[in-house]
Amino acid sequence: MKSSISIDMVILLAGLLFALGIAGVIIRKNIIFMLLSVEIMLNAAGLAFIAAGSRWGQPDGQVMFIFILAMAAAEVSIGLALILQIYHQHKSLDIDKLKEMNG
Amino acid sequence: MENLLWLIPALPLAGFLILATLAVVGAGKKITALVGAGSICLSALVTLVVGADFLGAAHESGTYSQTLWTWLEVAGLSIKMTLTLDALSLVFIFVITFIGALIHIYSAGFMEEDRDYTRFFASMNLFVFSMLILVLADNLLLMYLGWEGVGLCSYLLIGFWYEKPENGYAARKAFTMTRVGDTAMAIALFMLFYQSGTLVIGEISTAAPGIWTPNSTTVTCIALLLLAGGLGKSAQLPLQTWLPDAMAGPSPVSALIHAATMVTAGVYLIARMHVVFGLSEVAQTVVAVIGAVTLLLAGLTALTQHDIKRVLAYSTISQIGYMFLALGVGAWTAAVFHFMVHAFFKALLFLAAGAIIEALHHEHSMFKMGGLKDKMPVIFWTFMAGAISLAALPLISSGFYSKDQILWYAWGAEGGSPLLWAVALLGAFITAIYTARMVILTFWGEAKTEISHYPGKRMTIPLVVLAFFSVFAGFIELPHNFGHFTLFSDLLHGVMPETALRVDVSSEWIFQLLAAAATLGGIGLAYFYYYKQPQRLENLRQDMVLSALHEFWFSGWGFDKLYNVVFVRPFLAIAKLNKADVIDQLYTGIVAGTDGLYRLVARTQSGSLRWYIMGMVIGAILILGIQMML
Repeated sequence: MKSSISIDMVILLAGLLFALGIAGVIIRKNIIFMLLSVEIMLNAAGLAFIAAGSRWGQPDGQVMFIFILAMAAAEVSIGLALILQIYHQHKSLDIDKLKEMNG
Repeated sequence: MENLLWLIPALPLAGFLILATLAVVGAGKKITALVGAGSICLSALVTLVVGADFLGAAHESGTYSQTLWTWLEVAGLSIKMTLTLDALSLVFIFVITFIGALIHIYSAGFMEEDRDYTRFFASMNLFVFSMLILVLADNLLLMYLGWEGVGLCSYLLIGFWYEKPENGYAARKAFTMTRVGDTAMAIALFMLFYQSGTLVIGEISTAAPGIWTPNSTTVTCIALLLLAGGLGKSAQLPLQTWLPDAMAGPSPVSALIHAATMVTAGVYLIARMHVVFGLSEVAQTVVAVIGAVTLLLAGLTALTQHDIKRVLAYSTISQIGYMFLALGVGAWTAAVFHFMVHAFFKALLFLAAGAIIEALHHEHSMFKMGGLKDKMPVIFWTFMAGAISLAALPLISSGFYSKDQILWYAWGAEGGSPLLWAVALLGAFITAIYTARMVILTFWGEAKTEISHYPGKRMTIPLVVLAFFSVFAGFIELPHNFGHFTLFSDLLHGVMPETALRVDVSSEWIFQLLAAAATLGGIGLAYFYYYKQPQRLENLRQDMVLSALHEFWFSGWGFDKLYNVVFVRPFLAIAKLNKADVIDQLYTGIVAGTDGLYRLVARTQSGSLRWYIMGMVIGAILILGIQMML
C-alpha cells in the first residue's frame, strides 16, 4: 500500500528534527538535555532511512533503523553512566564548568 | 753507518714518549733529566757518526736518502717518510742536536726548581724531533709536518708558565702570527704540486727550470708565498712582532727555539728551495730588501730596550735579517754560515742571560743589573765571548767572519747593491752599539741587585763549550785575503750554487776595513755614552725629538699598535657584531615560526564541547555547500 505522504515532506521533517537536535546540543548547558538532543538527532536520521526504504521499496532502510535503535540504546546506557560519574565527581552537570581538556 | 740516520729524529721522539708517560705517572727529577737530556745527547752522538760517515762516503749526488715507509698514497700523490741527508741538512742537524744537547744539559740545572720539570723536557724533546724532521724531510709535506710541529712546541713552551695570563697571551700571539705565514706556505705547496706534480724537493729542484720560465708570474708567486711562510717563522718584517713577546718562555726555550733553531727555519726553507727563488728576480730582491729593512728596524729597537732578553730577541730578528739579506743577494752559503755562527753565540747569550736573571731574583731590566763582572766571572767571560761574536769584533770573533762575508756580498754579489750594503753596514754599527751597551750595563758599574745564588756546573759547562764555538767556529771559513780557507762553503757548494760576483774580489779588503771600523766605532760610541760620560746621555734624553724617537723605537716602531688598529680591533668588532651568529638566525627563525603556529592552533583546543560541535556543523555546511555549487 502506497503512502500518500510525499517523500519530500518526510525528509523535510527529518531535517527539521535534526536541526532541532543540533540546536539543542549547542544551546543547552545541561548534559542530560544534550544527550536528549542527540537522541532526537538519531531519530531524525532513522526517520530519513525509513522514508528512503519505503520510497524505493527496499528493506535496507528498516534494517538500518534497527541498527540505529540498538546503537541508541547502548549509547544512552553508557552516556547516562558517564553523566552519573560526572555528577559524582564535579557535583555539576553544567557543560561550561567542565572545560578541563583545553590546549 | 749512514743507515742510522733514522735514529737521529727517533731518539728525541722516544724521549718525548717516555717523558710524556712519566709526566702522567709522576717521576723523579733525576730520571727526567736523564731521559730528557740523554736522548738529545745520544742523538748528537749519532749525528757525529752519521755525519763523519756521510762526509767520508762522498756520494756522487751529494745526498743520502733513507725511506722508512710510505706515509700516504692517494691517486697520483705518494708521500714517503724519507729522510734526506745532504750538506745543508747536515749543518742544520749538527746545530740542532749539538746546541740542543747543550741546552738540555743547561736546562737540567736551570729548571731544577720547577714543578713541571717533566712537562718541560717532554716539550723540548718533541721540539727537537719536529725540528729534525723539518730539516731532514725529503718532501715538502713531511717538512710541513715538522714546520707545524715546531710551531706547536713553540706555543707550548712560550706559555710554559701558563699561570700568568700574559704568558698565555704571548703564546697565542706567536701561534697566530706564524699561522699567517704558514697559510701562505700551504698555498705555495698546493701551487707547487699543481704545477710540477710532485712534492719531493729534489725532483722539484731538477724539474723547475723546465717547468717555469725565469721571472714568470707563477714562479714569482710561489717564491713569494714560500717567503711569506719563512717570514712568519723567522720573525721578519712584517710578521716580526711575536718574537719579543715570546721571551715570556723560560730562557733555555728562548735559546733553543727563538734564537738557534726554529726561527731560522725560514732561512732553511729559502736555502732549500733556492732553485725556485733563483728563477725569480723579483722574489730575490724582496727577500734582500725585507732582510735589510728588518735588520735595521730590529737593531734600532734593540738599542732602546731595558729587558736584557728583549734586547737579545730584537738582536735575533736583526741577525736573521742579515741571513735573509744574504739569501736575497744570492749568497746562499754565507747565509747558512751566519746561521751556524749565530746559533752558537745567540744560544750562549740567551743561556748566560738566563743564568744572570735567575741569579738576580728574576730581574730582567739591565738598568737594575750592573757590577757582575767580578761576581760571576764564568758568566762574564762566556757572555763576553758571545757578545764579541754578536758585535763582530774583527779577527778574533767568529761573528766577524760570517757577517763580514754577508756585508761583502751585499755589495759584491750579483744581486747586491750599494744601498743594501750601506744598510747592512749601518746595521753592523748599531749591532756593535747595542751589544756594548748591554755588556756595559750588565757587567760594569755598581751592583744594583743582590745575587741570590750562583749557577751550578750543569749550567756553566754548556756555556763554556758554547763560548769556545762562538769564538772559533768562524775559522772554518776565512776570506781570501787571510788564509782563503773555505771548508764550510766547499761543503755546501755540492748543494747550493756558488755566489756570483759582480765586482772584482780584490776590493774586498776595503769593505772588511769599513766593517771593522763600523764595529769598533759602535763599541766606542757605547763606551763613551754608557761608561765614560753617562751624564751626556742624560742631556740627550732632554731633547724632545730624541726622546720621542726613543719612545717610538722602544715600542718596536709601533707595529703592535698598528696591527691592533688595523687587524685586531676590526676583527673583534666583527666578532662582537656577529656574536648572535647571522647564519644561526635562519634556524632560530624556523623554530620561532613553528612555535607561533603551534600556539595559534592550540588556542582552538578550548575544551568547550559546543565550539567543537559548531566547528563540525560549519564544516559540514561548508562541504555540502561546496558540493552543491560544483
